[in-house]
Amino acid sequence: MSASLLRFITCGSVDDGKSTLIGRLLHDSRAVFDDQLRALAADSRKFGTQGERLDFALLVDGLQAEREQGITIDVAYRFFATPARRFIVADTPGHEQYTRNMATGASTADLAVILVDARKGVLTQTRRHTRIVAMMGIRQVLLAVNKMDLVDYSRDNFDAIVDDYPPFAASCGIVDVTAIPISALAGDHLVAPSPRMPWYDGPTVMGYLETVDAGGPPASGPFRMPVQWINRPGPDFRGFAGRVSAGVVHRGDHVRVLPSGVETHVTRIVAWEGDRASAAPGDSVTVTLADEVDVSRGDVIAASAAPTPVADQFEARLLWMGSHELIPGRSYLLKMHAKEVRASVTSIKHRIDVGSDALLAARTLALNEIGLVHLSTVQPLVFEPYAVNRTLGGFILIDPLTFETVGAGMIEFALRRASNVHWQALDVSPPSRAALKHQRAGCVWFTGLSGSCKSSIANRLEQRLFAEGRHTYLLDGDNVRHGLNRDLGFTEADRAENIRRVAEVSRLMVDAGLIVLVAFISPFRAERRFARSLFAEGEFLEVFVDTPIEACEARDPKGLYAKARSGALPNFTGIDSPYERPESPEVHLLTSGRSPEECAEQVFARLP
Amino acid sequence: MALDVLESESIEILREAVAGAERPVLLYSIGKDSSVLLHLARKAFHPSTPPFPLLHVDTTWKFQAMYAHRERMARESGMRLIVHRNEVGLAAGINPFTHGSSYYTDVMKTEALKQALDLGRFDVILGGARRDEETSRAKERICSFRSAGHRWDPKAQRPELWNIYNMRIRPGETIRVFPLSNWTELDIWHYIEREQLPVVPLYFAEDRPVVNRGGTLVMVDDGRLPLAEGERPERRSVRFRTLGCYPLSGAIESRATTVAEIIAETAAASSSERQGRLIDTDQPGSMEKKKREGYF
Ligand SMILES: Nc1nc2c(ncn2[C@@H]2O[C@H](COP(=O)(O)OP(=O)(O)O)[C@@H](O)[C@H]2O)c(=O)[nH]1
Repeated sequence: MSASLLRFITCGSVDDGKSTLIGRLLHDSRAVFDDQLRALAADSRKFGTQGERLDFALLVDGLQAEREQGITIDVAYRFFATPARRFIVADTPGHEQYTRNMATGASTADLAVILVDARKGVLTQTRRHTRIVAMMGIRQVLLAVNKMDLVDYSRDNFDAIVDDYPPFAASCGIVDVTAIPISALAGDHLVAPSPRMPWYDGPTVMGYLETVDAGGPPASGPFRMPVQWINRPGPDFRGFAGRVSAGVVHRGDHVRVLPSGVETHVTRIVAWEGDRASAAPGDSVTVTLADEVDVSRGDVIAASAAPTPVADQFEARLLWMGSHELIPGRSYLLKMHAKEVRASVTSIKHRIDVGSDALLAARTLALNEIGLVHLSTVQPLVFEPYAVNRTLGGFILIDPLTFETVGAGMIEFALRRASNVHWQALDVSPPSRAALKHQRAGCVWFTGLSGSCKSSIANRLEQRLFAEGRHTYLLDGDNVRHGLNRDLGFTEADRAENIRRVAEVSRLMVDAGLIVLVAFISPFRAERRFARSLFAEGEFLEVFVDTPIEACEARDPKGLYAKARSGALPNFTGIDSPYERPESPEVHLLTSGRSPEECAEQVFARLP
Repeated sequence: MALDVLESESIEILREAVAGAERPVLLYSIGKDSSVLLHLARKAFHPSTPPFPLLHVDTTWKFQAMYAHRERMARESGMRLIVHRNEVGLAAGINPFTHGSSYYTDVMKTEALKQALDLGRFDVILGGARRDEETSRAKERICSFRSAGHRWDPKAQRPELWNIYNMRIRPGETIRVFPLSNWTELDIWHYIEREQLPVVPLYFAEDRPVVNRGGTLVMVDDGRLPLAEGERPERRSVRFRTLGCYPLSGAIESRATTVAEIIAETAAASSSERQGRLIDTDQPGSMEKKKREGYF
């Protein structure tokens, strides 16, 4: 059997006739057996839409539940063969999950069959499907104009549809478009020329699929092989098993191991049948190298003269597949070829609307959304742009807690080549710590009378920040006075020391990359000035919680004002100890008549 | 060419699965798909012996020729063979006749498999299933994720892009890996022919004692098959397209005695290979149901 293999994906909106088309191709290539036909006949009566006729669409519907709902919920793979070729069809549904499913199906396809309904022509959906398959690297499209029977097999109708499509497809990067007028239901132009459309003299669907040049990885170009497994049966054999992803390798070829960059040459290409002289793209082989070089799973063996680039920061297209949205700055597992590393999205340049191709501002990506992102990996990655090599440029993101596959990405280019191929320790500095948390660190200092609502407002603000994925810490009298400052009382000296320590602790926490919220009465200007002096310009935000003393005393949440008035609490701010109002706070909160949420929101709006 | 691509792809999958596994195992069912899978595994890791054992879940109702073939292949491959039987089921005398094929399969195959997997604490289980076998298989992933208790939730499967396989799991979870997903029955035979692989002789036609039960030809492989009043085994030239428990495997009449003849017959066949399997049709959507419960 010397037939070649063609993998294609079928796309279309619901009811364009995709299932009918595939069902017929299976049937006409005798991939459907009598017992399956009998089952089909029974199913057609039970679930079908064709009355007593066979409903070919049911042949390609798998799971029971979806049969009953009449929808396809996932990618299904179908197989058929003719004497000329073996085919694998990825059948993807046209409903809401289409982006994710279509991308999955397209990721291994050489070609896309895009269906349009002859009555409707090229719709937004058609453009969407075209953009998705183009993004996944498909460069050839068969545009199947279906349901020609419903437009009297009219040539004008077909021509009108076919006119605007190729320029659009070309703008997406698809230059090879073949349009065929068909009726999936009646069988026109599927395997035989149709007497009902004498005006058409192009190929039939099957004829096209059997003869089209089937992509596949290029044999030209430099050799690349990711190492999957180290083969070490005993002390005298050490082989590196992998699948050639580009180029040809011969015994004796000079190669370089990446990311280490060490050079050596291939001594043997080992296979079950015996040693081989060479290996081509797509071949799974085991090679041995001349020197005792250090090679691990996930390394890439590449042609010495044209080694693969190595980098740790990339621009990539990312399709989000998780039910929880992408969190920029969060650490995910990235798997590309045989390599797994920690990675995070450092920024989202924009979201791409595949319906209109519009670029939209975005802070996150939700299920089925596509964005152009910047990505940073903890270790350098051996890669190639996706357009050059699917294996070395396509990756998935895995949620580190649930281990679900949540994203699929395609590297466009490296933002910064790892200047040195060896691992270099990053300079760990306050800005780098904050950058890792995807935030700007700083100190928000709340000052105000006892009972002025400082703590509630600070609390609300912290919740707000937390919800945004920021890393925070709230220091207030309660958590500091019970521990760190347990030895301090309320004399003027102790109060000053109290504030000094709190200010120093905040300084350390800001260095650690946190956003620190401090809620202390801090009645004296000098202390607040001291606190401010510990921070850089812009790192310190003084918030004056301005609540009239009458209101504080009326609230008196802890009964302190009552105690102070009775003389049981000496040196109480506002009663027998002064409160020095801030002269120029960054935020002046007039609290009367406003909820803590509103006040917190006012502060939030001032944060960088 | 197509066979070369399929072979290389399967080898790549086998290597990824093993690299991502702590305790991998190959579920060896002795049939033609297992023969191909075992051969691919030996190729993938050559010159090492595949770094995992073979597991056979034995219902005790397999054809005698299958047991002989199993021993031979374990010897030739040099791999460790684990045979597991559901002893509780055996002690209870569960058999396909008195208890019905559905209950019998549940206890002696599905239950037994879960026991064996738990016992060996296997996390990655290689199997020879193909997507062309049955409609619910068409949507099965190459790496099929199973939650604790070996349950298959068709809605919780991970999307599989390119040739990247997410092999990460939490304790108790397992992954079933199907390296032959993209092969068809014909590919299997073409490959057996090309690689000259040994298969159980029952795949080739020969005069064998069979009884005709409602159109299904059941072979009388040993003295345990209860014969109905007046039921007489007759000798016919038959072979099997799939092999399992002999009382549940239907033979087809055939004169094909070589792989080439089998290929010619398969290419011209008008019924699917699963037609001879009695367990697939005993309930509507029955294969999908069995899979949800942990059947391979
Ligand atoms: N008249 C006509 N109807 C068709 C044709 N192809 C499909 N249909 C019908 O369109 C409907 C949707 O077809 P189906 O294959 O299920 O579409 P899918 O949702 O794209 O898989 C069914 O009722 C089909 O019978 C065609 O060429 N002509």
